[in-house]
Amino acid sequence: MATVVTLFYYLLTAYIAFLLIGNFLKRKNWQEEALTVIVLLPFILRLLRLK
Amino acid sequence: MIRKTVVAGFGVVLAVLAGSSFYRSRHLAEPVVAGPGVTRVATLGDYFEPVKGTINDSNVYVLEGREPGGTVLLLGGTHPEEPAGRLASWIFAENAELAQGRIFVILTANRSGSTATRLGGAYPPDYTIPTSWGGQKFRMGDRWSNPLDQWPDPEVYLHYPTRQELAYVDIRNLNRAFPGRPNGTLTERTCYAIVELIRREKVDIAIDFHEAELQYPVISTIVAHEKGADLAAAASMFISSVEGFAIGVENSPKALRGLSHREIGDATDAISLLLEAPEPFLDATRGRTDRALLLTGKDEFVVRAGKRGLLFEKIDENGWPIDIRVGRHTSTVLQILENWSADKPDRAVVVSGVPRYTEVVAKGTGAFLKDPGTAPAGKLFHE
Repeated sequence: MATVVTLFYYLLTAYIAFLLIGNFLKRKNWQEEALTVIVLLPFILRLLRLK
Repeated sequence: MIRKTVVAGFGVVLAVLAGSSFYRSRHLAEPVVAGPGVTRVATLGDYFEPVKGTINDSNVYVLEGREPGGTVLLLGGTHPEEPAGRLASWIFAENAELAQGRIFVILTANRSGSTATRLGGAYPPDYTIPTSWGGQKFRMGDRWSNPLDQWPDPEVYLHYPTRQELAYVDIRNLNRAFPGRPNGTLTERTCYAIVELIRREKVDIAIDFHEAELQYPVISTIVAHEKGADLAAAASMFISSVEGFAIGVENSPKALRGLSHREIGDATDAISLLLEAPEPFLDATRGRTDRALLLTGKDEFVVRAGKRGLLFEKIDENGWPIDIRVGRHTSTVLQILENWSADKPDRAVVVSGVPRYTEVVAKGTGAFLKDPGTAPAGKLFHE
């Protein structure tokens, strides 16, 4: 059961990372882009299993 | 487009810097030079197959004497963020020689927990103990198993088998998961493997090394299961009168489940004891959480808390250096073994080569760590 939940957790993490990348592409100024990149960072690291 | 590329590049640089630090921390190999008493090195997976090959398939250093006697288990790294416990067990594995009996030493009981640091705690990823050959680096570690290895946490953690409700995060705490569950989480299976070792090897005494914040009432003490109350009390009296430091005795509470001093004593024939040394690094009122604080135990804010009567252990500007904390552990174990052996000659465990408190304080912990560069063939292992 825990394995299945963990799988969903990683899928959710990938989905949010995908949304954040889309958000980054839509931003119009560098401050908001930098903020989005910083928010994205832990999601990318978690997908790479770096913690 | 150029702006977005520059900002994205900034993000990649941050990801590489953070990711490489996390990777190095998780994969840092800590050398262990098996000492003269080590006759073989097993792993926890040898005692419980489902742990085999997992990150918690920790090494078990087996020290055997020429004469048969009793059997003792030393648990280091149950909470890897309490380094004096791991270092004391390192000293036993690298220096101890046995004339009688056996000692099983686990340096990193929760190896998963040694590969992460506390979320939001700003812990250093590692620390170095100075030695005459340059210094040995250790992983800092955390109190809990790494979420990469065990996830998700439940809303409420129900301890097995008592179903006592504990804090959700403690489902990854090795010292809240004893006696373990064969089909449970990684942490529960690790506890089960340790308990299986104790049963199969007929361990007489299991000693779990810990450190505690000074704001925690259970500190500078031996926490003893009722089977070991007399042994702990006698050791406490001897230590407090001859060793140069004081140590108390606490009874293991029956109402708080999952801890080694309670569950190992209940689930097996072994006497279970837990040793606590003071570690200001863990105090909530601490200042900068860096390597210096970890190793010197000096912190002006913790001192100030002491002056306001908020602590359960003394502290001054000299702090609680790592050598004092390690020496407390080695001396306490040696005294326990001496008392046990005098009382049970047929189950004696007679050990030499391990420094006592005054020697560790005088020479430093690093004086008793062996140079992996000069290790004989077949004697070098890694944690």
